[in-house]
Amino acid sequence: MYYYSGRVLHVDLETERTRSAPINEQTLRAYVGGVGLGTRLLLDELKPGVDPLSPENVIVLANSAFAGTVVPTATKYAFVAKSPATGFVGDSISGSFFSLAMKRAGWDAIVITGRAKRLTYLFIDDDRAFFRNAAQLQGMDCWDTEEAIRHEIDDEMVKVASIGLAGENLVRYACIGNDKGRQAGRTGPGAVMGSKNLKAIAIRGSKQIKVADSRELFRLCLEYGKISQGPATQKYRAPGTVGNVLTCQKLGILPTRNFQSGVFAHAEEVSGERMLKFYTEKVVACSGCTIACEQVAKARQEPYKDSRVSVDYESLWALGPLCDVHNMDAIIKACDLCDRYGLDTMSTGVVIAWAMECFERGILTVADADGLDLSWGNEESVIALIHKLVRREPGIGNLLADGVKRAAEKVGQGTEAFAMHGKGLELAGYEPRGLQTYALGMAVGTRGACHNRSPGYEPDMGGKVDRFVADASRGQIVKDLEDYAAAFDSLVICKFFRKCFTDFWTEAAYMYELSTGLPMSADDLRKVGERVCNMKKLFNIREGWTAADDTLPARCFDDPLPEGASAGQVLKRDELRMMIDAYYQARGWTSDGLIPADKLAELGLGNVAEQARATVQPSLVGVT
Amino acid sequence: MANDVLPMPQQFVHCEPDLCVGCELCVYACSDVKIGQYDPTRSMIRLIRQEPHQKRPVTLTITCRACADTPCVAACPYPGSLVVDFNTGVPHVVPDVCTGCGWCVPACPFGVISTNPGTKIVEICDLCEHRPEGPACVEICPKDALSLVTPEVISQRRRNKAVAKMGLALGVDQEEVGVHA
Repeated sequence: MYYYSGRVLHVDLETERTRSAPINEQTLRAYVGGVGLGTRLLLDELKPGVDPLSPENVIVLANSAFAGTVVPTATKYAFVAKSPATGFVGDSISGSFFSLAMKRAGWDAIVITGRAKRLTYLFIDDDRAFFRNAAQLQGMDCWDTEEAIRHEIDDEMVKVASIGLAGENLVRYACIGNDKGRQAGRTGPGAVMGSKNLKAIAIRGSKQIKVADSRELFRLCLEYGKISQGPATQKYRAPGTVGNVLTCQKLGILPTRNFQSGVFAHAEEVSGERMLKFYTEKVVACSGCTIACEQVAKARQEPYKDSRVSVDYESLWALGPLCDVHNMDAIIKACDLCDRYGLDTMSTGVVIAWAMECFERGILTVADADGLDLSWGNEESVIALIHKLVRREPGIGNLLADGVKRAAEKVGQGTEAFAMHGKGLELAGYEPRGLQTYALGMAVGTRGACHNRSPGYEPDMGGKVDRFVADASRGQIVKDLEDYAAAFDSLVICKFFRKCFTDFWTEAAYMYELSTGLPMSADDLRKVGERVCNMKKLFNIREGWTAADDTLPARCFDDPLPEGASAGQVLKRDELRMMIDAYYQARGWTSDGLIPADKLAELGLGNVAEQARATVQPSLVGVT
Repeated sequence: MANDVLPMPQQFVHCEPDLCVGCELCVYACSDVKIGQYDPTRSMIRLIRQEPHQKRPVTLTITCRACADTPCVAACPYPGSLVVDFNTGVPHVVPDVCTGCGWCVPACPFGVISTNPGTKIVEICDLCEHRPEGPACVEICPKDALSLVTPEVISQRRRNKAVAKMGLALGVDQEEVGVHA
């Protein structure tokens, strides 16, 4: 076995002890790495039913099967924990130098348990781990934390993943930042770190990475490198993901004013093309990436002039059109604040947009909002709210820090209808009402309403299916797309690289063989994708999932889109139900969405299910 | 007649900061072809990423620039450890003579001398001179930021770029200038 070290580092923050545990070839082949391996280890280590913010929760970091090699866009890793946003599986991917350092330290995965007695940072120096006092880092933002730790250890090769104030204050959508600008963003992994009093993980690795066939891998990756400069990635290179603003606007699916509309009157002002022309200062890549999608933008106007941050479509959308903000400088400032505080920009935008709609309807007043005028488009209030929620200031700050689902439950008065989330995870920047396949994916997603785990917008927007029509064929499409995404997330290869493959399954499986020397066929890899999706579902079932959780906010069913190319579109409850049934069927699940025992056995998940069955209600798992 | 053969002009691997995105693939590739494993600390080309306060971020890779006065050789207390190649001007490490004392490391103004942690012998870019495809870093660079060039070519590119920028003011048709990007 090449590439893999076959070792997992177990760290207990409570007792400050560490141990190395072996992990065998069979497990590595079955789950590969990233989200797959991470979730597998989480299932082993985490007791069912624990509070995600209690010391009993477990964080798993799992590396890619290519980190530190010449395989493009694959120096990535996953954070997996029980999500404080959804209460279900929380898997989030980040990349770049931190992943390389972890690989070079010789760990396929790191499992972190317990809670430190005081604010601590973990320093993993190859085979050794140190628990260091982080009192001096308290309240520091992600960027400064990285620098401070590197300064303390005095080595540039030390790479850091850290939380900012958001994670420390247990904001339920706090993210983890690494390498100044990369984030494990969704499902609140930063809050889990905060709940463990773990400010940062610093890693220095000095080992060599050996692959099975480095000459063939080099040759292959030269080819991929060239392909990735062509049309397959054009959109990501320029103008970057922000190009989606006008694409979505054209299709009438650019969620605006908390999903009140799919058309934003000022879309041109916040377009990716305009950002590239006037704001982008430099394009940056993650370590090992041939594409380079990160558009580092600089705000030009006072009072936001000093802000400089890489802006992606989802961040731009959530803090811009969704809140009716069209001042690019203010959006850049808001993104910058989120990155430094360690906040998921998407969830932050959705929760603020919800508050703004509550204000519009008179449900929240100026007094409720701590003196802020939450009128649509008030950029100063958006920025003020970020400062407040990250500190959990009494009142509006504390209310919003728990995410839109909990905030709406607390406020009530029908605001749940426009709290835009799936399973507690705030929706992404595509309008489900104008994208039927995508809508199904958002409803059934195991980590909540996440476009990264279920890219149903692709057949919808690409015209492969009629995006306005719900039909049973979408069940199979969504199943296939989820498996496809799960394979990417476990390998881990960046999804922006997807179009560089002619036949992803065959080519990626071949690259896996070249890297690890372990046999992997296209069918094996397909099975990995399916296995990972089923395992994540198994995790959710163990944590109390029922079919009622597979739904979307009432707005998607009750309010037709008012204008644009998707005008009049709305989801119908019975049609979504029909598609969900088709999806369960495509997955080979029961009509209640449970996984039959023979399906589990087929995927080699029998033992995992057995373990779960022993600890929770037997009826929940594996219906025969 | 040997004196009639001029040494090759000074050549080195140069990185254009505007094209470099900081992907580090050159670093991976270097250690891969040199030692058969991926190990950035054994790579002879290194990536620098800086985010200076309130300034544009910088990404740049640097490797040996084959300096004329070779400060590394000047600092070496063991004659014969570092030998300048007559043809290329590149300092070669002679492993049998090098003691691994490391005095050349701080002497290098660009910090591009690596040390093998196992043997402590230093390692310096040799332009992959035994590799038919040329330097691996140049070959793998996805953005064509790296090239094996002489200072003369770098200055040619600069001149072309400057003229292209001034083109309109000078009344020159930019198409005709023929910029080698």
